[in-house]
Order: sequence, then C-alpha cells, then structure tokens
Amino acid sequence: MKTHDIVIIGGGPAGLAAAAAARKAGAEDILILERDQMLGGILNQCIHNGFGLHTFKEELTGPEYASRFIRMVEEEQIPCRLNAMVVSITKDKEITYVSREEGLVTIQAKAIVLAMGCRERPRGALNIPGYRPAGIFSAGTAQRLVNMEGYHVGREVVILGSGDIGLIMARRMTLEGAKVKVVAELMPYSGGLKRNIVQCLDDYGIPLKLSHTVVEIHGRRRVEGVTLAQVGPDRKPIPGTEEYYSCDTLLLSVGLIPENELTRGMGASMNPVTSGPRVNDRLETDVEGVFACGNVLHVHDLVDFVSEEAALAGESAAAFVKAQEEAGKAAAEPEGHAVCLQAENGVRYTVPQTLDIRNMRDTVTVRFRVGDVFKDRYVAVYYDDQLISRRKKKVLAPGEMEQVVLKKESFLPYPDVKKITIRTEVE
Amino acid sequence: MERRELICIGCPMGCPMTVDMEGDEITVKGNHCARGAAYAKKEVTSPTRIVTSSIRVDGGVMPVVSVKTKQDVPKGAIWDVMQVIHQTRVKAPVSIGDVLVQDCAGTGVDLVATRNVAAKA
Repeated sequence: MKTHDIVIIGGGPAGLAAAAAARKAGAEDILILERDQMLGGILNQCIHNGFGLHTFKEELTGPEYASRFIRMVEEEQIPCRLNAMVVSITKDKEITYVSREEGLVTIQAKAIVLAMGCRERPRGALNIPGYRPAGIFSAGTAQRLVNMEGYHVGREVVILGSGDIGLIMARRMTLEGAKVKVVAELMPYSGGLKRNIVQCLDDYGIPLKLSHTVVEIHGRRRVEGVTLAQVGPDRKPIPGTEEYYSCDTLLLSVGLIPENELTRGMGASMNPVTSGPRVNDRLETDVEGVFACGNVLHVHDLVDFVSEEAALAGESAAAFVKAQEEAGKAAAEPEGHAVCLQAENGVRYTVPQTLDIRNMRDTVTVRFRVGDVFKDRYVAVYYDDQLISRRKKKVLAPGEMEQVVLKKESFLPYPDVKKITIRTEVE
Repeated sequence: MERRELICIGCPMGCPMTVDMEGDEITVKGNHCARGAAYAKKEVTSPTRIVTSSIRVDGGVMPVVSVKTKQDVPKGAIWDVMQVIHQTRVKAPVSIGDVLVQDCAGTGVDLVATRNVAAKA
C-alpha cells in the first residue's frame, strides 16, 4: 500500500488552500484527491463577482479566485488525482478511492485534511406535495447547467428560498432571458447577504415574499405552476392565503448540508448543529491526525474565510506529521488543557468546539452564527463566570457568520478555566 | 423634487434610506453612517454594476466560457451588454483575462474571460 504524509480529500477552495499552506509549512508529500474532472470545486460555477475582497483586496469572480489557488498548487507541484472519488476512510487513516484509470485503490495517510464541502438540501427534504415533473432543480444544479454546461433551464421561474445561491440565480436566469416571477422565503428574513438582495432582486424588480412557501407543485410531465401560501409564526401555511403562479421551473435554494459520510464512517464525533465534525483549535477532529475545514466543517458565506480556515488545517496537518516523525527525538509538548467552548443565548454554535489553552497559537479565531436577527446586541465572552469581553453589534443575522478572536495571553490569569462561553446579551 | 427609497448594501444593517434630489442638491436620510450616504449618492446619480455571464465556445472542452465586464458599466447598459454577450461566439482555446469583446456595447469597457477553456484534443 502506498503511503503519503498528507492526503487532502477534495480539491475545492478548502482543499486547495489547505494544500498550499501545508506545503508552505514544510510538508513534502501531499496528495489531493478530487472527484470532479477539474480543480476549483463550487467556484467553477460561481461566475459572479464578489470573491476575494478579504484575501486579495480585489473583487474576483469564482473561477478567477479558484485559479489563483490552482496556480499556487501547480507552482508547488503538489500532485492531484482528478476523477478520484473517495469511498471510505478508516480511523487508521486508510483511504479507499475509485477512479476510471486506477480502479479501486487503497492508500495510507499519516494525516488527512477533510475538505469535501457541502451539498444542497433536496426537494425530498421539504415534503412539498405534487407529482415529480421535470423543471424542479436545486439552485446550484441550475447554476452548473447554465454557467458550465451552457443549457437554458427554464423560461418562467419561481424560486423557493432566499439563500445566496437562490438570489444569484434569480439574477442569472433573468439575464439569460427568463422571467423570474417571485422568490419565496419561509422565514420572516432572508438568509442571503443584503447586497445580493439589492443587486440580484431589486435591480431587476423581482419580488421577495418573506414568510411564504410553496404548498403545491402543479404539472405531471413538466412543472406548470406552483401555489404559494403565507406562513404563520409556526411556519405552517395559513389557509386562505394561497396564490397560484404559472411557471415551468422551480428552483430550490433551501439550505446546504455538509457532506460528512466519510467523516461519520471514520467514527469522528459530530456536532448536531453544524452537521460537521467536532474540532479543536487546530481544526483536528477527535480522530487523531484528521483535520477538517471549509463547508464540510460548517457552511460558510464567504470563500475568503474558507481559505483562511483551510490554511490553518493545512498547517496543523503539516505540524502533526512533523511531530510524529520527531516523536522520541524531541521533548514532548507540555500536557494540554482542553477547554470546551459553549454557545449560548442566541449563539447557535462555535467552531472550534474545544481549545487547548496551553498549546494554542497566540490567537485563535472562533467562528459562530446566531439563531435569529438581533439589533443592538452585545457579543460576550466568558471564561467560566468571568466576563472577558463584550462587543456591541448593531445587527446580527443568521445569514452572516460572526467571529471573536481569543488571545493566548488572555488565559494567563485563568490557567484552570473549565469552560469558555460565547453568548449574546441585551444590556 | 425627486424622492427615491433605497436599501443600503454597505453592511448587514441594511438601513432603509430616503434620498431627495433637488437639482444638484442631494439629501440622504435614514443612513447610520457616512458610507451609506456615499452609496446613496452614487446610486441615484450614476449607478454602475459589473456584469458577469458566459459566452459560447466552439471547439473547447467546455461549451461556454465565463466572462465579466473588466470594469463596472452604467446600470442602464446591462441589457445592451447582455445582447452582445448572447450574440458572441469565440473559438477555443480561451485564457483567463483574454479580451473577448472590445468596447462592449459602446460602454468603453472590455469583456474579458474569467476562466481557461482548452481546445478539445
């Protein structure tokens, strides 16, 4: 069986950034496994602009952003296997993949970076009654068909869900000559970025109906129309508010699910809120030497943060391999003191979920999301019962990921802290 | 006097703003910061956008190549730009940054490729 120091599962934005960072940190033997026929992942179909404002200080399209990282990986001559689909990973880090050229192959990794990304929630998860006619697409599928494969997917469109992909596709379909009649959103607020609502809907006069959902899909062979209804605070349709829209296409932009079958198969502990693995401050899962980053860890809104997070995973993997090689030669690290991070009072989750305050880097970025739209709230950090920091935010929204940065020196007065809490507070 | 209602895109606040225009005099209300006022003034005087789309490719490994206007174009020119995009075909290979249409739809802005499309072997 072939052995590699670091194997990266997935060649999208997370995998590419992890590979580049691992090489920079001194790792020599790295392999990227990618199931598609090209590197770049989801960025290949995101042809709109707005990527890279944080990383490159300029506004790029998705393929342009991807190409910057692909070039880094090529310049570093990091090998990639394309058309290679990983089917299982054991807790001893044996990776089995299938590819047309090689068949079924099992390799051994010393460290693994999980960067498989996420997939879209399908119609089947929504329980919308009706037949199964042609013309129902998840928004990302339609995006790929239009932007990469050159198809027209429909003429009259209704979009359910106002996540960013749905909003972007409302504009894209309009520019391609389709009539987008309405975007319906179950929640009383949009899950998408404000700029997308203005530039994708308002610019083209596309109405956004909040607190609305699709209650019926009409048509047997092809979609002929959908019925929308308003929903109450319980998110159940209100009888009498039904409204019929004729259309030949329904796009669903109703959430993303981290793709963690491999992670679960390995036996890693999962976080039920993020649907990603639980990780420590080095983004290591509880399977030693297996790290996770990007949308497989938790769904992001900005690729710039994915790149940043993935670089940490790549560096951590390189450091892990190095430490294994030097084990016995050098003095072991001081014994760790892992502390749990707790999300509370409006904060839905944190990544990472544990932090080793003795062996942590000088700063650790903790990312989180809130569960509702809050105005004029504080984000507070506690070490046990001691308030450490409190920052006022004019607005917090579930659609925008937040972060706090914890400094190693801030733990000096609290060497025995048992719990770090991040919560929102009104006053 | 002309009055326009806008939503600010500067940050997640999304301030609802009212813009009053009286000749050259522009007053912005409802914004909570200076960025909001600047955005509102630009938006009512000369709104611009970068247009992104895709163009047919002949003889390439992909049937389409993604493109963008190299700079932002006036919002009013979006449909003219799209018409040029729909009428244009290019031959593979195409490289990222290649100018595919010069001075697109009289905007003075070039249309450039945003990805590589190799020629079919």
